Amino acid sequence: MVKICTANEAVKDISEGMCIMIGGFLGVGTPDGLVQALVEKGTKNLTVITNDSAYPGVGVGKLQDSKQMSTLYTSYIGGHPESGRCMEEGALKIVLTPQGTLAEQIRAGGSGLGGVLTPTGVGTVVEEGKSKIVVADKTYLLEEPLKADFALLKAYKADCHGNLIYRFSARNFNPLMAMAAKNVIVEVEEVVAAGAIEPDNVITPGIFVDLLVKGR
Amino acid sequence: MAQMDKRVRIAKRVAEELHDGDVVNLGIGMPTLVANYLSHGVSIVLHSENGFLGIGPEPQSELADKDLVNAGGKPVTIQENGCCFDSAMSFAIIRGGHVDTTVLGALEVDEQGNLANWMVPGKRISGMGGAMDLVVGAKKIIIAMEHNNKDGTAKIVKQCSLPLTAQAEVDLIITDMAVIAVQKDGLHLIEIAEGTTLEEVVAATGAQLIFSEDNIRIF
Repeated sequence: MVKICTANEAVKDISEGMCIMIGGFLGVGTPDGLVQALVEKGTKNLTVITNDSAYPGVGVGKLQDSKQMSTLYTSYIGGHPESGRCMEEGALKIVLTPQGTLAEQIRAGGSGLGGVLTPTGVGTVVEEGKSKIVVADKTYLLEEPLKADFALLKAYKADCHGNLIYRFSARNFNPLMAMAAKNVIVEVEEVVAAGAIEPDNVITPGIFVDLLVKGR
Repeated sequence: MAQMDKRVRIAKRVAEELHDGDVVNLGIGMPTLVANYLSHGVSIVLHSENGFLGIGPEPQSELADKDLVNAGGKPVTIQENGCCFDSAMSFAIIRGGHVDTTVLGALEVDEQGNLANWMVPGKRISGMGGAMDLVVGAKKIIIAMEHNNKDGTAKIVKQCSLPLTAQAEVDLIITDMAVIAVQKDGLHLIEIAEGTTLEEVVAATGAQLIFSEDNIRIF
């Protein structure tokens, strides 16, 4: 059985300087209750790994509004003007990464891999400072794995053992991040009984999940 | 020509490049119009990089589902052949060569098929999102854009001056004035738009165009 608690209890051990992965794509599939709890807690100097900084007042965008991040690994900041402004001012370090590379870095982090080789970014600024490896006459960049102290995720339903299913495009980075963080907190719309999710339909195995929070 | 007419002309011409059963990723903005102009009998599977195949039309606002948006964050529907997956699978589909065609806009394209469409130094940065993966991974890259910038300067150039999205990946450039195929020896002008002259196309292009006047089609 996985413990169910409130969003505020769930984020209590997140402390200054930690690295946090947060699921979602432009706010869809982001655990709004957990992000709100982190905003209320006010923890600063966070390193956040997430697909995008969403929009002001939406999803991960709330952590941009509250200036709680010192480093952001992401693929897109175009929806939140403050992200670009803070980056220009040097108040926020942003590591812009192609979206597919970011997904694979997280997958590698959770899968015990030393990185991935991708052709994406060869011949662009993305290759700066990275090892290039030639395999069968094709050049790839070595992209290192990403891991985190916490993952804050959103799923549709969990059973009481933490097995997860998602809905439509709200899945995105959530299953990958579930594998790559030491502590995995999942906000779900519903917690159902053991066996209510067919084993064949489980997307994220419950062994990855540490805490469940009921959200919307 | 009015702005909208230009966009429709480009979208219609891009649609002719798509074949029944193709898996296609349409970039945000004008490329999404392409889906409205498919030839009769052509059905394509639209890929959305936020994690599904089978994008359907935009729903009426009261039927919008909070969990179902396209890569631009706009509500969409999913067709009955559709399926959902995580971001690693989504980009495996892209990078693995399982997307037949992607259609994107550009800031600059050059004679080597290099593409710049993600940043302008000195302007606020947005990030590349999934564009770099798409351009490297899809089998065919079509650039759909207006031939020139609003100030009249060329977007099709000898060598890109802006930071690249990808090197030597563009296959076809479709504009309101012309259709240009990118080949190893350079840019081949294969079609010009109705009401446009060859001289106008050459003058509006900042790169060397290869053509033989007798073989240029009108679209």
